[in-house]
Amino acid sequence: MRPDSATPLIEVRDLRTHFFTDEGVVKSVDGVSFDIPRGKTLCIVGESGCGKSITARSILKLIAPPGRIVSGQILYNRDPAQPPVDIVGLSQRSQELRAIRGREIAMIFQEPMSALSPVHTIGDQVSETILLHERVGRVEAKARAIKLLDRVGIPRAASRFDAYPFQLSGGMRQRACIAMALACSPKLLIADEPTTALDVTTQANILDLIAELQAEMGMAVMFITHDLGVVAEIADEVVVMYLGTVAERGDVFSIFRDPQHPYTRALMRSIPRLGEAGGRLESIRGIVPHPSNRPTGCPYHTRCDSYMPGICNRVDPRLEDIGDGHLVRCLLHSDRETPVNAGELAR
Amino acid sequence: MNMHDPTLETPGPNASGRTLLGVRNLKVHFPITKGLLQRQVGTVKAVDDVSFDIREGETLGLVGESGCGKTTTGRALLRVVEPTAGSVTYYPEPDLAVDMLALGKRELRGLRRDIRMVLQDPYSSLNPRFTVSQIVSEPLRANNIATGSELEDRVATLLRRVGLRPEYRGRYPHAFSGGERQRIGIARALATDPKLVVCDEAVSALDVSVQAQILNLLSDLQDDFGLTYLFVAHDLSVVEHISDRVAVMYVGRLVELADTAELYRRPKHPYTAALMASVPKPDPTLRGKSRRHRLQGEVADPANPPSGCHFHPRCPFNDGDACVKQAPELREVAPGHLAACHYAERLQLAGIAAPGAV
Repeated sequence: MRPDSATPLIEVRDLRTHFFTDEGVVKSVDGVSFDIPRGKTLCIVGESGCGKSITARSILKLIAPPGRIVSGQILYNRDPAQPPVDIVGLSQRSQELRAIRGREIAMIFQEPMSALSPVHTIGDQVSETILLHERVGRVEAKARAIKLLDRVGIPRAASRFDAYPFQLSGGMRQRACIAMALACSPKLLIADEPTTALDVTTQANILDLIAELQAEMGMAVMFITHDLGVVAEIADEVVVMYLGTVAERGDVFSIFRDPQHPYTRALMRSIPRLGEAGGRLESIRGIVPHPSNRPTGCPYHTRCDSYMPGICNRVDPRLEDIGDGHLVRCLLHSDRETPVNAGELAR
Repeated sequence: MNMHDPTLETPGPNASGRTLLGVRNLKVHFPITKGLLQRQVGTVKAVDDVSFDIREGETLGLVGESGCGKTTTGRALLRVVEPTAGSVTYYPEPDLAVDMLALGKRELRGLRRDIRMVLQDPYSSLNPRFTVSQIVSEPLRANNIATGSELEDRVATLLRRVGLRPEYRGRYPHAFSGGERQRIGIARALATDPKLVVCDEAVSALDVSVQAQILNLLSDLQDDFGLTYLFVAHDLSVVEHISDRVAVMYVGRLVELADTAELYRRPKHPYTAALMASVPKPDPTLRGKSRRHRLQGEVADPANPPSGCHFHPRCPFNDGDACVKQAPELREVAPGHLAACHYAERLQLAGIAAPGAV
């Protein structure tokens, strides 16, 4: 058994979230497993349509029909001494899920303007979170909200308490969202591309703010992004996703120093890097296939430089441990030779 | 104003050195109106006294954060938005100068064959009710360049050239992915055989793997057709990759302009240096090295810009005197290197290290 402190906060096991649309089943998340360590930062990186946002939303069960979590477990180890809570098994109306959402696990989104109510002041929105989850009066909630707004770096917090979202800049709105998310000192902050819509100088300040608050409050952060630069800056652990599956995962240094999956390698080579002007970029051929039209075998084989005909298009690789917690889902690292069996095909 | 300012005349590696488009003291101001009578209560100085040259065959990058006026500048060159003041001179031949701002509607339409745009969002910039063939051939029909089977042939050639299969020309835009749509937008821009293409955030909406494909395509097309690009973008690494020279804008003004390597290695304006320090580097071993140089505050409001140098409220080198009172002029501070900062010569600013030096 693992020592208690090493028990991850969240263990995601073989999560499958599918969307049952008129055009067919879209397997947005299809067999994803990873851990979110306590107090650390996990980055999920991938291109659009890889299922990174749906994975994040699944953790809070924020999946609207026609989407549904069809199988898998999301084990929440609130207290290492207690048995874990499986979030997948909680009903939408249960007290327990409501207590977790917004209080123990909070989330911030890409577009702060649409995450905030346009007809309520930011102060009211922050205090509402506090009033909803904690037994405090209006006066105290307001005092705490002002303190939070000040802590996230909103100047003149007391007077900005009465400001509406449209009166704030994009960076200030995201700070207000962070204040709201952190109102009840969550154990996990899920951040879904929180800096993508912001300018680089603002992004740098928001990333610093999240890191500072994390150090102060000891929370874990699950950060969804498509920007490898942001990953390198903040991640402890990295999960690389492709077409609803985990292609590779490991600690940030081994992922960047020694990427093992052909997709991760190709991604790293396709980004223009500062200080290395000119020349041709190595691009990945083709485009990400539509999730409703997933290739057989390895989902990446249609674009892969190391494609082995007859194997990669027939065998669905498993996530293999190649040492030191570095896992790769690629047949180059597997001794799996036999085609998928009927049971796996049916799924 | 002096049309041949000698400080604006150092040729980039790709360029023949000849000025293709000269922009002098360009201003684009938008009125802020209020109430029933639309009384003007203020002015947004989106572009405020900007001068630069675009040389034939080069890629000039134009970077800055949102609201700095880079997109408005690109649009004003084509008179998609009407400039308030200044001049834009187009030199189709070495000794032929066309004053773009004096043209009537009909003449302007002719010139828009030479200067084209590629837009950011490949989803909203293509008419969903037009087929690919109709989209790409529209500029040819509108300008009476080709008809009938010649038109069909040209569309097929263009589609092939941007990496699309001509058999798909009857399809509608929604049948294509973002990267393919951007290729359609590029084919449309190239249809009239232009000299200058303004790429407005042309790869910003794309995933990195597709972004690399489009950047490579733009470079190939530049070599094949001798195109000149004005590449407007906010991503400093993309701009560095594709540009021969780079201009940096802040709140409506140009703050720095130099050859790409010079600008990135030896920035002379504190804003440029701060921008570079803010870009997250895709290498975890460099983590935290630039944390100390964070900019405070946010980009100023162009409707109510600060006095003097627009950057002074966020600048770590603000002297509280000249910086607050006097707007610095864009001047040559090193050969071919223009900067608008009172202290450009004296500041020691960190740029991006050359490869291998890290």
